[in-house]
Amino acid sequence: MERQRILIVEDSPTMRQLLVFALRRLPGVDIVEAQDGMDGLRKLSSDHFDLALIDINMPVMDGLKLIGLMRGEDELRDVPVVVITTEGAEQDRERALRLGANEYLTKPIQANRVLAVVRSLLKRD
Amino acid sequence: MSEDRSELSARGEEFVQLFNRGMEFTRELLRENEGLRRRLAELEDEQQNAARTPSDWEKLRRELLAKIRGLESEHASLRERLIEVESRNRAFADRYLSIEEENNNLANLYVASYQLHSTLEVDEVLRITIEIVINLIGADVFAIYLLDEARQELRAVSAQGIELARVPACRVGEGRLGRAVSERAIHSFDDEPTQGRDPERPLVCIPLRIDGQVIGAIALMGLLQQKPGFSALDQELFNVLAVHAATAIFAARLYSQSERKLNTIQGFIDLLAR
Repeated sequence: MERQRILIVEDSPTMRQLLVFALRRLPGVDIVEAQDGMDGLRKLSSDHFDLALIDINMPVMDGLKLIGLMRGEDELRDVPVVVITTEGAEQDRERALRLGANEYLTKPIQANRVLAVVRSLLKRD
Repeated sequence: MSEDRSELSARGEEFVQLFNRGMEFTRELLRENEGLRRRLAELEDEQQNAARTPSDWEKLRRELLAKIRGLESEHASLRERLIEVESRNRAFADRYLSIEEENNNLANLYVASYQLHSTLEVDEVLRITIEIVINLIGADVFAIYLLDEARQELRAVSAQGIELARVPACRVGEGRLGRAVSERAIHSFDDEPTQGRDPERPLVCIPLRIDGQVIGAIALMGLLQQKPGFSALDQELFNVLAVHAATAIFAARLYSQSERKLNTIQGFIDLLAR
């Protein structure tokens, strides 16, 4: 199977480390980290990714802005996006999904849930 | 004349072919007949060997009954084994799930302690503590206090979801937080509404301690709306924070003091060397 690449866009090093721990359980996956929306956009524009996990509240560029920009770009339009955030309100979820996020997970995360969502979006079921 | 001859020859050929086909068909019939005769002979043999007297029939019946009993017992034993395998399968699946959960919990605890000890800057330790409380525990209103030993008073040095100025100081032994600190034990009030957000009535009080000595505390006052309550993992994270955040803050303060002292000594040396 061809290797797949996942980008984690998250400003908290603690969350990034936790997500890397969880995703490492998937065989054949390379993980790249970005520490804010701008860093994430740079990495998405310069390399191919099969999926992006994006936090909402981040400095420099927030996650919703990043998703909006991704969905406006031909090359990034189809990259699946999973939002991982502390924002648990229904309107936040709806807004993110309307902007083009494929899944919306709230913190604190459960590694099994994250893995299940990632597996399904990478079509590894 | 020659035309008549060639027509005669063609008809002769046709007849020979027809004759050959008839011959082949006859051979086939003979082969089939031979097969049927053999089968008939076999059946006659079987009939001759079969029971011919009532005692033979009785023997055959007993043999068949024994065979049925044997098959029934084999069937029952296979059924038992199937049930046993199914139950072992279920036990393995449960065990797998519990190991997965344990693994996830350990990852959380490892990441929390790893991050807390990744720096020697007090502000950075406080920032990491805040990250852990928000992202791993799921609290959105809380404060971190340091103990003023001389006054026996806890003072908030960092707060989330509430203005730092609105977080009152707390005397050791007084109020929920003060009592938790004087008892050097984590106090949790699970029956409180998780969105209480009252700094005087924290949901959880975590004294930060090293060798039984308290250096500060964390008070959780409100949880994220999607967080219904505390889990077993949260209790473990409270324990990690109680010990590791305390050690990390203590180490960072010592480091900063020694840095300051080193700079002073270096200043003296530079002065004397002039």
